Amino acid sequence: MATKEYAFYPGCSSQPGASASNYLTSVNSMCKTLDIKLNEIPDWNCCGASIGYAEGGELPRHAMNARNLALAEKELAGQPVVATCAACWLSARETKERLDHDATLKSDANEALKEAGLQYNGTAEVKHMVEVLIEDFGYDALKKPVVKPLQGMKFAGYVGCQTNRPFGIQGESFENPVYLDKLVETMGGEAVSYDQKVTCCGGALAFSEPEKAQKQIKDIVESAYDHGAEMIVTPCPLCQANVEIYQGDVNKRYGTKFNIPVLYYSQLMTLAYGGSAKEAGLDGQLIKATQLEAFAAKK
Amino acid sequence: MADQKIAAYICQGCGLGDRLDTKALAQIAKTDGKAHLIREHEFLCNADGVATIQKDIDEGVTHIAIAACSRRAKTEAFYFPTVAMSRANLREGVIWIRPEGDEHQETTQEMAQDYVRMACAEAKKLIQPTGNPTAERNTTVLVVGGGITGMTAALEASKTGYQVVLVEKSGQLGGWAGKLWKRVPFKEPFANPADTGVEAMAAAIQADKNIKLYLNATIAKTDGAPGRFNIDIATESGSVTQEHVGAIVQASGFTLYDIAKLPELGGGVNPHVVDQAGLEALAKAANGGAIKRADGSVVNSVVFVQCAGQRDDSGKHLSYCSGTCCNTSIKQAMYFKDQNPDVDTIVIFDDLRTPGNGEDFYRSAQKKGVTFTKGKVAGVTASGNGCKVTFNDLILGDENTTIDADLVVLATGQVPNSGVNIDPSKLEAETEAAAEVKQISILNLNYRQGPDVPQLKQGFVDSHFICFPYESRRTGIYPAGPVRRPMDIAQAMEDATGATMKAVQAIENAAVGRAAHPRSGDLSFPSFRAEGCTQCKRCTVECPFGAIDEDEKRYPVFNEARCRRCGTCMGACPVRVISFENYSVDSVGSQIKAVDIPDEFQEKPRILILACENDAYPALDMAGMNHNEYSAYVRIIPVRCLGSVNLIWVTDALNSGYDGVMMMGCKHGDNYQCHFVKGSEIASIRLSKVDETLKSLNLETERVQNYEVAITDIERVPQLINDYAAKIQEIGLSPFKF
Amino acid sequence: MSDLNAQAKEKYHNNFLKEVAANVEEGDWVKMCMQCGVCSGSCPFGPHWAHPPQEIFMMIRAGKREEVLTSDSMWMCTSCYNCIVRCPRKLPITHIMHGLANYAHRLGLAPKNQPTRQFAKLFWNNIVKTGRVNELKLSLGLYFKDGLASGIKTGMAMKNVGLGLMKAKRLNPMEILGGHGCKDIKGIQAMVKKAQEIEAKRKGFTAA
Repeated sequence: MATKEYAFYPGCSSQPGASASNYLTSVNSMCKTLDIKLNEIPDWNCCGASIGYAEGGELPRHAMNARNLALAEKELAGQPVVATCAACWLSARETKERLDHDATLKSDANEALKEAGLQYNGTAEVKHMVEVLIEDFGYDALKKPVVKPLQGMKFAGYVGCQTNRPFGIQGESFENPVYLDKLVETMGGEAVSYDQKVTCCGGALAFSEPEKAQKQIKDIVESAYDHGAEMIVTPCPLCQANVEIYQGDVNKRYGTKFNIPVLYYSQLMTLAYGGSAKEAGLDGQLIKATQLEAFAAKK
Repeated sequence: MADQKIAAYICQGCGLGDRLDTKALAQIAKTDGKAHLIREHEFLCNADGVATIQKDIDEGVTHIAIAACSRRAKTEAFYFPTVAMSRANLREGVIWIRPEGDEHQETTQEMAQDYVRMACAEAKKLIQPTGNPTAERNTTVLVVGGGITGMTAALEASKTGYQVVLVEKSGQLGGWAGKLWKRVPFKEPFANPADTGVEAMAAAIQADKNIKLYLNATIAKTDGAPGRFNIDIATESGSVTQEHVGAIVQASGFTLYDIAKLPELGGGVNPHVVDQAGLEALAKAANGGAIKRADGSVVNSVVFVQCAGQRDDSGKHLSYCSGTCCNTSIKQAMYFKDQNPDVDTIVIFDDLRTPGNGEDFYRSAQKKGVTFTKGKVAGVTASGNGCKVTFNDLILGDENTTIDADLVVLATGQVPNSGVNIDPSKLEAETEAAAEVKQISILNLNYRQGPDVPQLKQGFVDSHFICFPYESRRTGIYPAGPVRRPMDIAQAMEDATGATMKAVQAIENAAVGRAAHPRSGDLSFPSFRAEGCTQCKRCTVECPFGAIDEDEKRYPVFNEARCRRCGTCMGACPVRVISFENYSVDSVGSQIKAVDIPDEFQEKPRILILACENDAYPALDMAGMNHNEYSAYVRIIPVRCLGSVNLIWVTDALNSGYDGVMMMGCKHGDNYQCHFVKGSEIASIRLSKVDETLKSLNLETERVQNYEVAITDIERVPQLINDYAAKIQEIGLSPFKF
Repeated sequence: MSDLNAQAKEKYHNNFLKEVAANVEEGDWVKMCMQCGVCSGSCPFGPHWAHPPQEIFMMIRAGKREEVLTSDSMWMCTSCYNCIVRCPRKLPITHIMHGLANYAHRLGLAPKNQPTRQFAKLFWNNIVKTGRVNELKLSLGLYFKDGLASGIKTGMAMKNVGLGLMKAKRLNPMEILGGHGCKDIKGIQAMVKKAQEIEAKRKGFTAA
């Protein structure tokens, strides 16, 4: 398999010591197996996330994203930009769509970018890592390197919002996307069917409106349990963080006893590809994925 | 009938030969059926079988009874137009609905034998009809009304090669559309009001040599029947001209519901409250400039009130939705926005209904800045030099929202110009509101049943809305456009085209004495024996199509070309003097009597089923095709319509030892499915009186039952039969066995 | 009332729909709403909106300027984009809600202690400082938004989460001293400033 190269936009949460640092660990391991080369966009900045709208407004947000895209165009010409974080991908792609279809906005953004010595042309494609896996590789190619199928393990594929809406993955439905289930099955695991697959976890409002967001989290986790899932798997760092971190609070608030590990698809893939617990970033789980740790320890 | 020569054919194909003793059937045809010639054939509908029959006919056979499949099957093979023919349904009606096996053989064979007896008995009573003796061909279409519908009908008829007499009561062509500034668009991108096209159409009509135009004219009298209508046209000068036409398209259009009936909305009270016609007049006067009110001031804010006097459940106003007013208000709001985007245009709607491409038109208006507000308007009052609209904002839940406007447009609905309601019992509260505008007759029909076409709900003129929407209950007269149901210009044009096609069909059917639907092509017609007639008038009153007039001695006058051959008159006649050559009291009665009734000790009941040939009989056939089994004790006779059922059949059946009678007809009432509109309803009224007869015979009322059966009741019909057979077992056999 | 607000009101003579169309992100779409209510029924925080999107759109058309801009409702948006993908009229509802919140915030009309408003402000200031998110400072900022005492209380309540994250190497206490950041932070800040200037000019936020 030829090496595939991408301009990589890891995003703030993937940095060492940040909330999704284990995501990056596992993505790196997964990419090594698939022979994907991720070239980090030099000096990338924060996408502004969705919550950036209130203080940042419209143009400053687009300028932030345009800067990353301009850097990729300049430093990593010809390489598609790939993001692992749902919000980074959404913001970058939204900026691209808006700027490419609105000449005024594009010239305004470029006027701002000039201050940073850059120019946005719109030549780079923007992809989520999941799109890279499904569109550039395909399930068959992803299955080939599987040496340790995740036999007998039941996962609730939690797609959430921002990798699903408004852009989503090509060919998937907004109401019931199946790519995550298919990824789980490709790795040999079982994807349970449950009804909160695309429910919002509360997003950034988990910080500002904890009570309301935790109701969402409770619904998601409860449904996963009720349908027999042993673990939750997601493609989104904020989904992962919210659904994992707040289980303790939810338990306090609702008298539940939730304790379900929440993982990234890349962690499952790393393990199925024969990687170690460390390579899969399992040490980053707040709720320990003991079943997977034992699985990883097995030869 | 000395020269009758009857041949009976017993088919052995399709498994009939395996399942039935055809030799015994042939024997029955001879002994009981009294056929002069009997043939068994292994595959009767093949070329050899058909040739055999034809050869017999050529050699003098006058009546044939074919014992094979349903009369609805193999109609092309068994097409012998020179002789009278009956069919015994042994396939769909016997072997396909009976289980195989020795234990069933006896009853199945008995069933087949009875059907052979019945077919022979029927054949003897049939005469192959020769067609309506009063047939005439007149290729002129009368079009009543010169609006979009009427103009379309006239032009379509002319293009098809027919002549047209077009009568318009006003001084110019165009009707409602002629009063419009623009029309709702009918082409991509459905974004802007379009030219009405009325002028071009009117010019085309003036230039068309096939079209004779009467302006300022009305119909003073309509007399005759399809192919031979005589029309008196009254012109403004008071003179009357007579025209002879073959068929009529009634395109009398609609009138807007009177806003004076809506004083709470300022209608008729406030000079700055207009209806949609009023707004069109203002727009026409503005001629593309700023629209001004009656007082000459430019309108800077306008509110459109949807559903004004419509969809009203209080009984005060129209109960229905006219379906066109939303698009019209959208169009009218665009008049303002296209001229000056700063004019405030607000449409207050309850449900915005913009079917089809109207959705694009609606979006276009939103893009142009027309504001749409979901609410219910409570009142319009004078405020300063304008109006104050008070409404309940249904989204924001504010009951007393007010908007000031220079002008208010009330979207009142369409009231049909359908003439005189000839059935005043149908004048319900809901139509009362619309009653006064249609007291002047449109057609002045010189018909026994009244001067105009019968009306359905809410005063719109008749149509068989399920199966034959262009039809009316007056053969040869086709209502089109908003007189038939509320519609817009595009729909009216399509409707006019369809009605014109029906008019052409009526002309050509009348020319050769053929029936119109649903017995298309039938050459029979009703005749009566005057010497037996008691002038009771039941036939003239009950005919669903108003086909029968009365002469000066009050004897019925059958207008054959107006007749649809349903036989309701035959069913109505208490002295049984009305008949068709190929369908009579006798042709059915003799079948009933031909059935072999086992004596009571055999414990084999016999149940007569009189099944409507339009829905129930096909349903029974399809039940057969699906091999849905039913009782072997039933004997089924198809009838043209339950309306044609003469009660003598029922009493004769009971008297001759049948244990029960099932009547299967179409659904009746407001949502009728009867192909003759009123036939099944009339039958059920007649049957409601049968209970008395049963009691006088000392019989249980369950012995005669009436069922509504749809053509789709393929599973239900066998179930009804089996349930009824069980019921008969329960109440016991009839005491009238010989 | 702030000057900016007074200015906007004056300019549009209370024609709020036009004001929204001109000044609010994707605001031109508001007139296209057909009032079906699918957005309101699709929102995960739907019950918490005093005025769900359908109503907000109608209020804008009805000229209810103060009620809309001072509303807490738009701040309930979690950016899940469910309304966008379900809207039969394809209105970019999420963006319009963001735009309205931003507009209300800029005009100083948004509710003062709205927690999401405060968090959003913290977040943006946090990222503009270094170019990247400093999760520790962001969290601490949030805890202390209501003052020292309640901050310590919230901080204590969240202590276990924080310690867990640190143990899992997903929260770095050293970030208090600086943490991650972009090299060209000067360029980024200049860029953002410029973008703000352009936007202010386009949306009438500059003094006349």
